Amino acid sequence: MKTIEIRNVTKYFNTHRVLNNVHLTVEKGSTLVVIGRSGCGKSVLLKHMVGLLEPDSGSVFVDGQDIWKLKPRELNELRMRMNMVFQGGALFDSLTVGENVGFELIEHFGMSGDQLFERVEEALALVGLSGIGNLMPSELSGGMRKRVALARAICIKPEIILYDEPTTGVDPITADSINGLIRSLHDKLNVTSIVVTHDMKSAYTIADRIAMLFNGKIITEGTPQEIQNTTHPVVHQFINGLAKGPITEATDSFI
Amino acid sequence: MLIRQIEDTLEQRARTFLGFLGGITTMAFQTICLTVAPPYKRRRIFEQSKKAGYDSFLIVSLIAFFIGVIFAFQISYLMRKLGAEMYIASIVALSIVRELGPVITALIVAGRVGASITAELGSMQVTEQIDALTTLATNPVKYLVVPRFVALALMLPLLTLFADMIGIMGGWLICFFKLGIPSKMYMTIAFDSLQFKDLFTGLVKTVFFGMIIAFVSCYEGFNVEGGAEGVGKATTQSVVISFILIIACDCFFTALFYFVFP
Repeated sequence: MKTIEIRNVTKYFNTHRVLNNVHLTVEKGSTLVVIGRSGCGKSVLLKHMVGLLEPDSGSVFVDGQDIWKLKPRELNELRMRMNMVFQGGALFDSLTVGENVGFELIEHFGMSGDQLFERVEEALALVGLSGIGNLMPSELSGGMRKRVALARAICIKPEIILYDEPTTGVDPITADSINGLIRSLHDKLNVTSIVVTHDMKSAYTIADRIAMLFNGKIITEGTPQEIQNTTHPVVHQFINGLAKGPITEATDSFI
Repeated sequence: MLIRQIEDTLEQRARTFLGFLGGITTMAFQTICLTVAPPYKRRRIFEQSKKAGYDSFLIVSLIAFFIGVIFAFQISYLMRKLGAEMYIASIVALSIVRELGPVITALIVAGRVGASITAELGSMQVTEQIDALTTLATNPVKYLVVPRFVALALMLPLLTLFADMIGIMGGWLICFFKLGIPSKMYMTIAFDSLQFKDLFTGLVKTVFFGMIIAFVSCYEGFNVEGGAEGVGKATTQSVVISFILIIACDCFFTALFYFVFP
């Protein structure tokens, strides 16, 4: 059953076409990893899925509903079932870690006191950061900010989580624990996850399927095994991190 | 070639201006609609009122006091020549209550609070915090703009009221110590010359000044592009645009009240 469907989406920024007729589906309860070079439009694709960006053409369906045909209240109801982890964490500077993590519980459910504290601590414990609810985001390291952002995303137990580079900029041990957490959310709670990354180790660990975005198009999609054994020259260059190949040739000729 | 460049520049400027006009009108409309729609988060309005009102009180008082002093000095220069020192109190009171108090307070708040709002929201924009609000099913206009809008529209008249009183006290200082006008006489002349319409017209426009500061500073903050440099540019732009719009709005209200309350 399809949870998210990107149907022929094209997006321009001024005259630059970032997404070119992209078609992509994500099955319920699965983890899709979108790989591609920095600046190729992976985050733009992710922002289309949560309705932060509107496509110039094409449609985005979540649970069979075209999100740009929903009323604002219906879209917000849908957003209560999905969450996004931003690349830099995007924690609210003026709120404590606890208020950040419990943001939706406070804003939408009016939760407070012990009940709120328990839910926040539960989410923080899941990312290995118990007892830091009273700290301000400015007191946290980069890796901690990322994990707090993850705690905020899982606090209301959403059905869909979108991750924008969850392991970029964190140490290998933290990266592995984040991968483990994404995997366990998938296994235990059947969460549908879409992860944007260029960390191939992470991609192979967490993905059910991997899709590669290149020149605004999805050029390949398959299981981690299929991607590892691909003969596609662009995908082969990217996953093996080779300096020479069709990707760099295209860039060099453009320059 | 040169004409073509001028045409392109003018076209770009016109587009930017129309974009700004459309954007700020949309934000103003959304804000007003969301202000009256529940839920009402009083705590956030109180926090913003403290930042905009209480925290600005000292600087507004200080500048209003200096303006009162300067104005009394300048008026006394002419009035002494005419032998009409008695009128200094009424001129100071009327000028401050009708014009200087509201405008100076609005300009101070635009420079202090407006700039800080743009910088804060701009930083939130470049660090994706505003996007994060949207993904957390929270309308950024309701959460960020509405409390600032309400706080500024409420606090500016209050600050102006204080500025008016302190400005008149500044004038008293010069009249009493420099010109030898007795305190009681100064106060009697100053307050006798004021009518309700003077205070009313002075305070009504500050509500609109507060709205201008809120809309401009929030709009500029929401539309920051390009990191720290973008935040700096937007902050400058926010203050400059607020200043221009406050003066233009003041001009409009002065003309309007001139005909409505002759």
